[in-house]
Amino acid sequence: MSLFMHIAQIYFRNRMVDMENLTLEQYYEGYLRMLRIRKFETRAEENHSKGEIPGALHTSLGQEAEVVGACMALKDDDYMVGNHRSHGHPIGKNADMKPLMAELYARKTGICGGKGGSMHLSDFSIGSLGETSIVGSGLPVAVGAALGSNMLGEGRVTLCFFGDGASNEGAFHEALNLAAIWNLPVVFLCENNGWAVSMPASKAVSVENIADRAAAYSMRSELVTDGQDFESVYIATKRAVDTARAGEGPTLVEVKTYRFAEHAVNMGRMLVDRGEELEEWLKRDPVEILRIKINEMVGDETRLKEIEEQVEREIEDALEFAKQSDFPDVADAFDDVYSERVSDFYGLS
Amino acid sequence: MARISFIESIRQAQYEELARDPKVFLMGEDLVANVFGTTTGLIEEFGTDRVRDTPLSENGFVGAAAGASMVGARPIVDLTITSFVYVAMDQVCSIIAKSKYIYGGQVKLPLVLRMCMFYGNSNAAQHSDRNYPMFMGMPGLKIIIPSNPYDMKGLLKTAIRDDDPVMSFEDGTLWSQKGEVPEGEDHLIPLGLADIKREGTDATVVAVAGGVPLALKAAEELSKDGFSIEVVDPRTLVPLDRDTIIRSVSKTGRVVVVDPAHQSCSAASEISAIIAEEAFESLKAPILRVTTPDTHLPFFPNGEKALLPSKHRIVSALKRLLN
Repeated sequence: MSLFMHIAQIYFRNRMVDMENLTLEQYYEGYLRMLRIRKFETRAEENHSKGEIPGALHTSLGQEAEVVGACMALKDDDYMVGNHRSHGHPIGKNADMKPLMAELYARKTGICGGKGGSMHLSDFSIGSLGETSIVGSGLPVAVGAALGSNMLGEGRVTLCFFGDGASNEGAFHEALNLAAIWNLPVVFLCENNGWAVSMPASKAVSVENIADRAAAYSMRSELVTDGQDFESVYIATKRAVDTARAGEGPTLVEVKTYRFAEHAVNMGRMLVDRGEELEEWLKRDPVEILRIKINEMVGDETRLKEIEEQVEREIEDALEFAKQSDFPDVADAFDDVYSERVSDFYGLS
Repeated sequence: MARISFIESIRQAQYEELARDPKVFLMGEDLVANVFGTTTGLIEEFGTDRVRDTPLSENGFVGAAAGASMVGARPIVDLTITSFVYVAMDQVCSIIAKSKYIYGGQVKLPLVLRMCMFYGNSNAAQHSDRNYPMFMGMPGLKIIIPSNPYDMKGLLKTAIRDDDPVMSFEDGTLWSQKGEVPEGEDHLIPLGLADIKREGTDATVVAVAGGVPLALKAAEELSKDGFSIEVVDPRTLVPLDRDTIIRSVSKTGRVVVVDPAHQSCSAASEISAIIAEEAFESLKAPILRVTTPDTHLPFFPNGEKALLPSKHRIVSALKRLLN
């Protein structure tokens, strides 16, 4: 490390402490995790198109800043609930990418033993309580996790990710009301990426900002208008997490962001031509924005390049691990339905 | 052993398990008001955190039970009338039944969904469901369906201690029925163990829930004509004790299956299919089902009474097999 960089880092770290926001190390950590998501999903999409990965694949490319900014506001043992577009969430909370990639490849070594796949890429060891692919269904689960944590006296906060589409589900409204009347330590984080499959939020949501819906439940809200900015998401989420941990109840955080890819990748045709809207958002790539910001702060790319090389290696290792792993046996289809194994009356296993 | 009602057996099971394990809690609508009598004395003992009234948000609080169970609590959800589970179907079928599986066994969901089947009392079709068969087709859910206070208490206590989600279908026509029931922690009945309620040699009646006392009355009536009827109560539909059913049918060669649910895809249909596949050579006569026809239960009492299984219909079916 050059002397200049060293001084710059100390200066910057102190400045950040003064601002009670992020240290330079946290910026680097944020960049590392965001880049992991970017590379993980980019390679997954490529290999999905080659037929190496079965099933549907929904990527969060373009949303990396809000995923990582929110996850980094949590403690390691806090809980998190995801959805169908959730490769990024476990990576954002620092999960090992090997079992995640192996799960996409439907292998026995996958995080879910090959039974869940892309839409259920949930790593419980880092506090995940599921990534559920029925839109809106994770919200009541998050409320229950917060209730359970309170009743067991654990003091853990639950962060629930969901999209603009989910905010129109009944489950959203029931969950917010329950969390409010029971004053639970839960943060509802709406990743408003503008689209629910082919339905634009502008046509589907009755309010200008989904955060406005918090008022109906006497709930605090946070609106992050620039969800491509890692720090903005972190600050808003951290405030909500701290409020929850202090016993002061839930918050609805809305983050405006955008998904760069189609609803699901490799569907064979474009569902909606998003035209100039997409072009404009592509100019605001969150990974690139953070890279430029750090580079401006530090004035030296050495550490950034180290991170980039590290991520390349990690992704290659994850892919190799996945491809070299075995598929599950047919017999494994009878495990994990109940605590006891299901009887195979048909002799398949 | 004390002689207590079906309702009281539910109350005792809940009381004892709340007292035994601090992770157990109960939630649902109107529990503090104790509408059905299953929470008498529970609020005073355990408080309103552990005996928790909920708003009318079935999908919300059933999902909350799922989340609480994932982090180590053991919720009992009182959904009151079984028709209300439809409002929570997303959570029951997509979260509760499937989470253990889709996450490859990383998590368990030790929770109980309690539901009363409120039929036979002119409450019209929306409040009179006997809907357990639809959940037999959803792997991941265990189903208990007790027919007397002894079984109700023993099965519910086991269900609360089980590490998997269990649905408890409680037959409202049995609420006031009384029977001998042990007090204390040790009264546990394993899931998946049928009970032979009456031994016999000429024909078998496999009956569930409110069908069991009707089958026992039918067997008693036919005994006057010299027929010996065996009555088998599976007690749990998932897991289902196939062996006890097959053993009984292999012995008698004749079987009537009694089930208060609608006939198509009923528990009786599944049990009949199992018997046909596994004990066909033993059968001396066709398998007959006594169920509710595939129409709704009407409000008018004479219509509702005629559609539901009765002692008379079971006796008629048995006579058809025995003659």
